[in-house]
Amino acid sequence: MNIDYTIEAPVVEGRLTIGEIEQLVAAPMETKPDKKFYIALSISGSFLLFGAVLLALSFYKGIGLWGNNQPVGWGFPIVNFVFWVGIGHAGTLISAVLFLLRQKWRTGIARFAEAMTIFAVICAGIFPIIHTGRPWLAGYLFPYTSQHGLWVNFSSPLVWDVFAVSTYLTVSFVFWYIGLIPDFAVMRDRTSTKIKKTIYSTFSLGWRHSHRNWQHYEKAYMLLAGFATPLVLSVHTIVSFDFAVSILPGWHSTIFPPYFVAGAIFSGFAMVVTVLVFVRKIFDLEHIITLNHLEKMNKVILATGMMVGYAYGMEFFIAWYSGVEVEQFVFVNRAFGPFAWAYWIMVSCNVLIPQLFWFKKIRRSVPVMLIIVIFVNVGMWFERFVITVTSLHRDFLPSSWGYFTPTIYDIGILLGSFGLFFTLVILFTKALPVVSISEVKAVAEGAQPSHGGTH
Amino acid sequence: MNNKKFYGLTALFNTPNEIIKAAKKLSSEGYTKFDVHTPYPLHGMDDAMRLKPSKLGYITLFFGLSGAALALLFMYWTMSIDYPMVIGGKPFFALPAFIPIAFEVTVLLATLSTVIGMLTFFFNFPNNNHPLIGTDYLRSVSVDKFGIAIESDDEKFNNTAVRAMFGSLGAVKVEEIYYPDTETFPLFQKKFIFLLLTFAVITSGTTYFVLNKLMFMQPFSWMMLQDKLIPQEKSEFFADGFGMRVPVEGTIARGHKPYEFKGEVNPSSFLINPIVPSKESMMLGKKKFLTFCSPCHGNFADGDSRLRGQFPNPPTLHTKRVRDMVDGQIFHIITNGQNIMASYASQTSVEERWAIVNYVRALERAKNATQSDLDEIKKESAANGK
Ligand code: HEC
Repeated sequence: MNIDYTIEAPVVEGRLTIGEIEQLVAAPMETKPDKKFYIALSISGSFLLFGAVLLALSFYKGIGLWGNNQPVGWGFPIVNFVFWVGIGHAGTLISAVLFLLRQKWRTGIARFAEAMTIFAVICAGIFPIIHTGRPWLAGYLFPYTSQHGLWVNFSSPLVWDVFAVSTYLTVSFVFWYIGLIPDFAVMRDRTSTKIKKTIYSTFSLGWRHSHRNWQHYEKAYMLLAGFATPLVLSVHTIVSFDFAVSILPGWHSTIFPPYFVAGAIFSGFAMVVTVLVFVRKIFDLEHIITLNHLEKMNKVILATGMMVGYAYGMEFFIAWYSGVEVEQFVFVNRAFGPFAWAYWIMVSCNVLIPQLFWFKKIRRSVPVMLIIVIFVNVGMWFERFVITVTSLHRDFLPSSWGYFTPTIYDIGILLGSFGLFFTLVILFTKALPVVSISEVKAVAEGAQPSHGGTH
Repeated sequence: MNNKKFYGLTALFNTPNEIIKAAKKLSSEGYTKFDVHTPYPLHGMDDAMRLKPSKLGYITLFFGLSGAALALLFMYWTMSIDYPMVIGGKPFFALPAFIPIAFEVTVLLATLSTVIGMLTFFFNFPNNNHPLIGTDYLRSVSVDKFGIAIESDDEKFNNTAVRAMFGSLGAVKVEEIYYPDTETFPLFQKKFIFLLLTFAVITSGTTYFVLNKLMFMQPFSWMMLQDKLIPQEKSEFFADGFGMRVPVEGTIARGHKPYEFKGEVNPSSFLINPIVPSKESMMLGKKKFLTFCSPCHGNFADGDSRLRGQFPNPPTLHTKRVRDMVDGQIFHIITNGQNIMASYASQTSVEERWAIVNYVRALERAKNATQSDLDEIKKESAANGK
């Protein structure tokens, strides 16, 4: 357990040759799925199905089946939306921000994290659409030329949201696909079955690993990373505007954008660790997704967890310092009111438990970190719940105070979204290379020219 | 093999250092149509191949800027010109509130244009017919070898010289590459036509289903199914079983004044025409007369009904009897009805009824014009130059 942090650890462990790396990453796609795969798929699929049935019932009967009602008109749908968008942020952060910071270790986990971004944003996007109860009319959210001559209100955060989330989904997808093109070419050259070959050829677009292409490709990657970085910050900022631009005490706060972004990265990294712990084990990728990777992510979790904790504290301080009575009431009510249970779940999961990551032993112990990151996931879901529900349930008018109770439909649809997420993740592990083959090859030992020792 | 077109020569190397050396050699010897193929981008290869810096950034810049400009212009046009609306007390062009969307559109356009521009414009993708694709050479390069390919189109290309050079550079394998046979796909193939037909059936079937069936099914039926009573429906709640209820006795609609002469024969002494004929009120009277009275009484009140005997023929309104009526009498007939002519009180307002009366008067005068009327008209037409 004695690691010297002054020397950069090799990104790929076990002295794998380039060919072996490829072999390892391509293996899941070339072998028949085993029992474990089907068991995992059936579990996540059942959750998905459960959610889908409850959702269909909600469409048929109307969303009155959910717990949303006066005074808490924003219930689970918005909580889940913010939660899932947040999960997505880790992927872009790993693939874009760490790329710009020249962090080589990102190569092993970037592909997976990007895929998770896309899946998480898909899960997130479902909620604003279904909460209308008539999802097939969602197109009206975009500015379109209506016969009434009306436009959407471009100064509304909810419209910003539509633009931010759809841009985010598109850009993440493009980024991901661009990274996949060389790997599709690798897979094309590996397989011999006709159907697979056709599919891989189609998606590889005829990639030839040509350096004349690599040159532009690297430039494009750089440009995309440069755009994805402010984009990812903007997305959760705009999501936080949904709250912060309103005048409701508990929401109307300038700390929201950075606080949301930190929370998003926090929860996103927790989710990436949760999933990677299993993936590296199941697919024997321990040499590529190493313990060092997990440790680094745990450090990020520790850092962002403390930012979130700072924001919790600062909200209270500002409430007291501002001297605004309603504001003070909201925060006291948050911590000691009817939803105190949710508040303290949030604080313990997000602020207290991650403190364990100060210990190197814990950061590098897979079972312990798994437990901690699951707590973080739970805590971050509750954070959104606390923000949404506690601010709404007791507003300015005591006569209209109330309590929010979710129904089985709310909970089922939330579980369904987890089912969707994990189903997509599981299918992804079998259908596409979970690690970027060409990127990992490029950082393997001896992969780059030595420039005659003068570099 | 020999009748195929020759593409060029390829060589495989084992290490990144060797390939860099080879690329340097080729570019210094003046070859231009050569390419290096490596499983991942190699540092220093741009210089070795003497490549100019990528110009991709210009596409990004151009489309990024136009994204910002387009978004701002569009928002300005919609919110300040096409449908100006004050929102939250902000000015019509509320720049801070437009920044988020302008930013998102910038990012979207910049990234999409970069990627699409690179793939199509710089790479000529999709290009699965390239002679290198499917060769052993590319397969090795895909895994862990480093390859170099010289096209036979290169001015300096000479098969033996290039082979010798590759040998001296330490190539492990040299391969000749030929263009693949071009495959042709005839248009009128059974399979293809069948595919087209299937598509046609599926799309038209789906369209028919969606527009004629699906839109009338719950929950797509625009909220037709609701927990409420609609007119003519039975109610379990009320003892008499009727869903539609009559208003409580004595209820009157807003703005409604009960007509106090209902059922009387001639209350005209109490009804005095309050409207001085003006052009507007005449036009209103004309409109209402043509709408409500003309089907029976005819467009000019001649009694030439358009009802073709489906209703007892109504009288002309040019009889002496009607002409001698005072205005109030006609008003009363419209409001109250007379014998089989029903009341028009619910279709017309008090003001409209008086306007109709004035219009009927005008029709009557026109049909029975006096010489002085005609003179008046002639004078007026002359003044108007007709
Ligand atoms: C459905 C056909 C119908 C329409 C529409 C109708 N009327 Fe009549 N109207 C009649 C009939 C039939 C009579 C004759 C009633 C009777 O037997 O006394 C009549 C009688 C009259 C009389 C009395 C004539 C007389 O000699 O007693 C007047 C005036 C009159 N209508 C005006 C109007 C005006 C003004 C309207 C438009 C608001 C109108 N009617 C619309 C059918 C109609």
